[in-house]
Amino acid sequence: MMMARIHVTLKNGVLDPQGKAIEGALKSLSIDGIDSVRQGKVFDLEVSHADQGKAKEILKQACERLLANTVIENYSIEFVS
Amino acid sequence: MKVVVLRFPGINRENDSARALAQASGRDPEFVWHGEYDLPGGTDIVVVPGGFSYGDYLRCGAIAARANIMDAVRRHAERGGFVFGICNGFQILCESGLLPGVLMRNRDLKFICKMQNLRVERNDTQFARRYRNNQVIEVCVAHGEGNYLTDADTLAELEGEGRVAFRYCDANGAVSDATNPNGSLHNIAGIYSARFNVLGMMPHPENLIDPLVGGTDGRGLFESLIQQSSAAA
Repeated sequence: MMMARIHVTLKNGVLDPQGKAIEGALKSLSIDGIDSVRQGKVFDLEVSHADQGKAKEILKQACERLLANTVIENYSIEFVS
Repeated sequence: MKVVVLRFPGINRENDSARALAQASGRDPEFVWHGEYDLPGGTDIVVVPGGFSYGDYLRCGAIAARANIMDAVRRHAERGGFVFGICNGFQILCESGLLPGVLMRNRDLKFICKMQNLRVERNDTQFARRYRNNQVIEVCVAHGEGNYLTDADTLAELEGEGRVAFRYCDANGAVSDATNPNGSLHNIAGIYSARFNVLGMMPHPENLIDPLVGGTDGRGLFESLIQQSSAAA
């Protein structure tokens, strides 16, 4: 079994109102020095395939078909163990 | 003429849609559960109602769009059958690839629930026949994620092919940023598929069919659909 972590983030240029709101909240906490915030998602997945190539192929499918909306989002896959 | 209304967990506007369809046709539509693999034989119109399918988990409409029944809806649309998605139904149609683009969080982050004017961009479609061209109708909006977004090429294609069905406007039909409740590109409230047999829209025409509860401007959509479909049958 392998552990994989998938990050889904908004593509550049896509307006992120939630990120903007968080940015504003950080400012209101007087936490200085943060220029911008973009919010994304993290998925931790257990994969039953031992072969990393095969596992990656499956995870890619998971991203393309469900976890990310590729109209507005990018994804990245990493194996954590 | 056979009309079905899809049911997903978390949908809550299916009975409103059914009422509007029954009012227009004189017959109750059939409800179809999301786990089914096929639509009932002879289905002419599929309505994907509003609500909060799967609690809006992952992305609005994302999980419902992968339900078994959506493959059958895709085949129905490919055959030229009519599909009408309202609010969450619009989000589901975008997520399922039946319509382009995506509905993002409203630009001011607020859930908007209010009456809203729409301009009917064209009335030569199966969905808008009962309206006048550029008629201003008043319906309601109730959504947190209605901010229509797509890439520049798709937007140009939608505009070039006249596939914008409705735009958010004022009472005189003027379209501006001030009349845009949620930040949608070009004030888009609803769009058609390339063959004009699929319509998705964020506002709720099914809630404006009775003078007792605010007006009847929504009736035209259901009457157009039923009338058109009967004529074709």
